[in-house]
Amino acid sequence: MNDWLPIGTLDDIPRLGSRVVETVFGDIALFRTAADEVFALRDRCPHKAGPLSQGIVHGKRVTCPLHNWVLELESGAVVAPDVGCAQRFEIKLEDGRVYLARS
Amino acid sequence: MKPKLILIGNGMAGVRTLEELQKIAPGKYETTVFGAEPHVNYNRILLSPVLAGEKTFDEIVINDRSWYDDNEITLHTGRKVVSIDRKHRVVLAEDGTEASYDRLILATGSQPFILPVPGKELEGVVGFRDIHDVSRMLDASQKHKHAVVIGGGLLGLEAANGLLKRGMHVTVVHLLDTLMERQLDKPAAALLRRSLEDTGVNFLLEAQTEAILPAPRALAEEPPRVGSIRFKNGTEIPADLVVMAVGIRPNIELAKSCGIHCERGIVVSDTLQTYDPRVYSVGECVQHRGNLFGLVAPLFEQAKVCANHLAEYGIGRYQGSVTSTKLKVTGIDLFSAGDYLGGNGYEELVFQDPTRGVYKKLVVKDNKVKGAVLYGDTVDGSWYFQLMRENTDIADFRETVMFGRAHMADSGREGQSVMGMSADAEICGCNGVCKKTIVDAIVGKKLFTLDEVRAHTKASASCGSCTGLVEQILAATVGNYDQTPKEKPMCKCTEHAHDTVRAAIVEQGLKTMDAVFKALEWKTADGCHSCRPALNYYLLCAWPDGYKDDPQSRFINERVHANIQKDGTYSVVPRMWGGLTTPNELRAIADVADKFKIPTVKVTGGQRIDLLGVKKEDLPKVWGDLNAAGMVSGHAYGKSLRTVKTCVGSEWCRFGTQDSTGLGVKLEKITWGSWTPHKFKMAVSGCPRNCAEATIKDFGVICVDSGYEVHVGGNGGIKIRGTDLLCKLGTEDEVKEYCGAFMQLYREEARYLERTAPWIERVGLTYVKSRIVEDEEGRKVLNERFLVSQQTAQVDPWAERVQGKEQELFQPLRALA
Repeated sequence: MNDWLPIGTLDDIPRLGSRVVETVFGDIALFRTAADEVFALRDRCPHKAGPLSQGIVHGKRVTCPLHNWVLELESGAVVAPDVGCAQRFEIKLEDGRVYLARS
Repeated sequence: MKPKLILIGNGMAGVRTLEELQKIAPGKYETTVFGAEPHVNYNRILLSPVLAGEKTFDEIVINDRSWYDDNEITLHTGRKVVSIDRKHRVVLAEDGTEASYDRLILATGSQPFILPVPGKELEGVVGFRDIHDVSRMLDASQKHKHAVVIGGGLLGLEAANGLLKRGMHVTVVHLLDTLMERQLDKPAAALLRRSLEDTGVNFLLEAQTEAILPAPRALAEEPPRVGSIRFKNGTEIPADLVVMAVGIRPNIELAKSCGIHCERGIVVSDTLQTYDPRVYSVGECVQHRGNLFGLVAPLFEQAKVCANHLAEYGIGRYQGSVTSTKLKVTGIDLFSAGDYLGGNGYEELVFQDPTRGVYKKLVVKDNKVKGAVLYGDTVDGSWYFQLMRENTDIADFRETVMFGRAHMADSGREGQSVMGMSADAEICGCNGVCKKTIVDAIVGKKLFTLDEVRAHTKASASCGSCTGLVEQILAATVGNYDQTPKEKPMCKCTEHAHDTVRAAIVEQGLKTMDAVFKALEWKTADGCHSCRPALNYYLLCAWPDGYKDDPQSRFINERVHANIQKDGTYSVVPRMWGGLTTPNELRAIADVADKFKIPTVKVTGGQRIDLLGVKKEDLPKVWGDLNAAGMVSGHAYGKSLRTVKTCVGSEWCRFGTQDSTGLGVKLEKITWGSWTPHKFKMAVSGCPRNCAEATIKDFGVICVDSGYEVHVGGNGGIKIRGTDLLCKLGTEDEVKEYCGAFMQLYREEARYLERTAPWIERVGLTYVKSRIVEDEEGRKVLNERFLVSQQTAQVDPWAERVQGKEQELFQPLRALA
């Protein structure tokens, strides 16, 4: 069973944009797609630790601002031919509110 | 149920179509491939190196079985399709295999034309078309001595070279008096003949084959084998192997037999459809607008268009190709493209150096390159080809164009040749990629295009200055393949090039990004990191008053108005007009640095002060303090006007001729806040000693006693380029007007991320002069448009954010304990 932490509302995150949740383990980036889905990844590109939250969101992907690596928001996997993975976190959307799984 | 797609012909064009289709509409069809050859898909252009022993068959396989499996494509090799029932949409193979289709691609290729002479059916008479032909030739080279190649074209000469390498005595027979007459003019053909003769090839030109004669048989039961060739003039030479390389004939029998309209080839429209709209055709079997095809580049273009229609995007059109040729004979450098013969209204620029064995000819009309033949020194082939495809006006560098790109003002690294570089030579400085890595990736991963090489190796993926080198490596490694002379699409989200999109935005009145996506049939719902910033800029430039800027389509620096650093902190540069500052401003900067514990304070190349290592959440507070001291954003982070660098000029300097500092301040006040395709830098120097380095800026002014010299199109950076002199002016007001007009022309016509230097090289200084200097009315209109767009652009982004705009962007959503 997941323990769901309320984070904020969908409207807090700009469409095709991102907001950051600070944790003691480092930042988590929440992304909102054009279709209003929300995904969460550790805010650290597996390449050179760029802040993914500052990248450009397109489709279900984000492009890292430092060296243009592209990551899948759903899985955190880096798009080929580059290789790598950013840790992903479970997100729940309910009545316009965003919850993050405590894991 | 998925619709069924059948491909007849497992060759380069057909399979490329499937690859393109997998890229844009994976899994759309249930796909079956019939191939007559018993092999997987291989690179036919590399048969020559296989014959010459420079490559093995495995090295030229493009897609092995696992590729077909991975993409769920059924492959029938060694099964020739013998009939097509178009009414019931069923194809039937020789062995009785049947399959039905909803869409059919005919990619049956071509076969070597065999001269209709007596003896053509003898053992030892072969074409040069597939791997089977190559193995027959290799077999003959081990057992026999004399080879005769009929045909002195590209393929014939490559066959001759291969057989010579395999130890045979080779004679090339050609009907005409000059070799490769479809690619070369006479002087180049003569040079080629001489070098091939030096390697040991014999030539019999103007020789017409009359008959191929059998050798005396040792045993009666053996099939009769070729022994000699007799010509019309009565001479006879020994021949144990005869290679027919006199041309190819499209394979159209299958298409004909099912009633599809054929002439010399299978006739297709611009959408690669035959007269039966369910049936497509690509490759050497087609006839498009009266043309047949024998080179690979056009086939790949056809594949792309065909896939586009199979994916039901319906926007691609094939409109023919301009091709270039290289001869794949080691040690001979030969390049030919376009209209290489000239004559009739064309001019020829010729360079000859017989001792070095170099011959270059450019065919030019109205100062545009129409064709090129290069022999002995082909380094600039791709550059000339680019001038051809971009239709560049060469008037400005016509006197040096024959000496190649290395002699252009922008010499840089692209003038180098990769052929002579060692394997560990670094090609891409940004990503530290050496030549060997690129070659290995091309060979190992079967890469064909620049984009693929970029994706796999990162070479030329950052600043792009080594693109020319990477293209050369690609051409040298893959063989006879060049980028085709079309404008490249903006990115993978669209088929359209930058200029097309831009024109559509203005002509169709597209005022939002969604309108662009819809009107131009974008392939993705919301673009990508490459096209969205470009579109945002184009819309902003086209509709300065009506378009609402989209922060999510801007790179992070332009979103938060500061420059992201490697550790995720930012740098802040306040504007200092013309490089002037005051004790109060300096005090405020010092206070800010102390207050926010800013670790590094540095003076920039553009005469400003850079505060490095500011935390994102501190940005609005830092800006607030700087605003309070009267300073605004320096836009050091944007594709925008950066700085105007000045020297002290006549106010202090004993050499100064005009008030360069004052003019610099005025220019910066007019132009700050403007968004441009790429960063835009200016400088004003007070005398020709040029202390402000105005001749490496996008717009530079050099003051002289009689007025102002206006220079444009310079930059420092990776590829340094000195400016071109635009004109000389008498007053400051004129300089301001020319500056606004030049910036607006650049804003409206350069492609996103194209600086003024490559833009001017692309369109030509003559063009820029015609718009800015010669057209007084046009200049005033351009300047007017610039000033209008500045009315909405000149808003200090810092002040807005200090007052709370987008403050959420600078704060975390939540902090979890």
